Amino acid sequence: MKFAIQVNEGPYTHEASVSALNFVKAALEAGHEIFRVFFYHDGVNNGTRYTSPPQDDINIANTWSALAKEHNMDLVVCVAAAQRRGIVDQGEQERNGKDGNNIADGFRISGLGQLIEAGIEADRTVVFGD
Amino acid sequence: MSDVKKFCYLNRKAPYGTVYAWESLEVVLIGAAFDQDCSLVFADDGVYQLMKGSDTTGLGIKNFSPTYSALGDYDIKKIYVEKESLEERGLSLDDLQHLVWEDEDEDYAEKDSIMVVTKDELAQILEEQDVVLSF
Repeated sequence: MKFAIQVNEGPYTHEASVSALNFVKAALEAGHEIFRVFFYHDGVNNGTRYTSPPQDDINIANTWSALAKEHNMDLVVCVAAAQRRGIVDQGEQERNGKDGNNIADGFRISGLGQLIEAGIEADRTVVFGD
Repeated sequence: MSDVKKFCYLNRKAPYGTVYAWESLEVVLIGAAFDQDCSLVFADDGVYQLMKGSDTTGLGIKNFSPTYSALGDYDIKKIYVEKESLEERGLSLDDLQHLVWEDEDEDYAEKDSIMVVTKDELAQILEEQDVVLSF
């Protein structure tokens, strides 16, 4: 089965992101396909490479990045939500005149249309949120 | 692109206290361009999103409540509001904005978009959806 995943909450405050991670891992292990993971609302905060939690805690952003690399998975951060919350890639840095960027490996910034397209293309859409 | 799917946007949170209502509306407006079979559901505190007369002057944040009246122009014709959620909050249809869409086939007659449905009817509506995006 082909899944689309929406993550509506940031890391740590809410369990939603880790639940999504666990779901995605289990789905891949069971042979399913993840069409796309779309990060929305505070979920965009999963896409920064600047988190450094204590060593005995999970690094949620890095785990997403590693999973994306291993499975060639599409991780999309909503541009409108990202702009509000300061998640920036090279293109956004240049467009908005910022002095740096913070997008994590394996994530890309794109529009809300990517969420709708994922819903259309996937067999099931699963939303993780509050 | 595949066949048309039934997309439902499920709104369960009050506006302004958190950003979910506004960012949900942004998805709805973008999603309208994809020509899917769209409906909106307002339940629990989400029914407050459609209240008449919202004024955010004292909050100092953008008032997006007038945007709901534009949904008809985006071809959103089905807005379901859960009856029990209204009643539990002492609200009725009269407390909500009058949202309409124009029927091209009937000389652009204005038709009501909001349908008040029971919890059981809503369960059936959600059951029929291909995609439910919840906010």
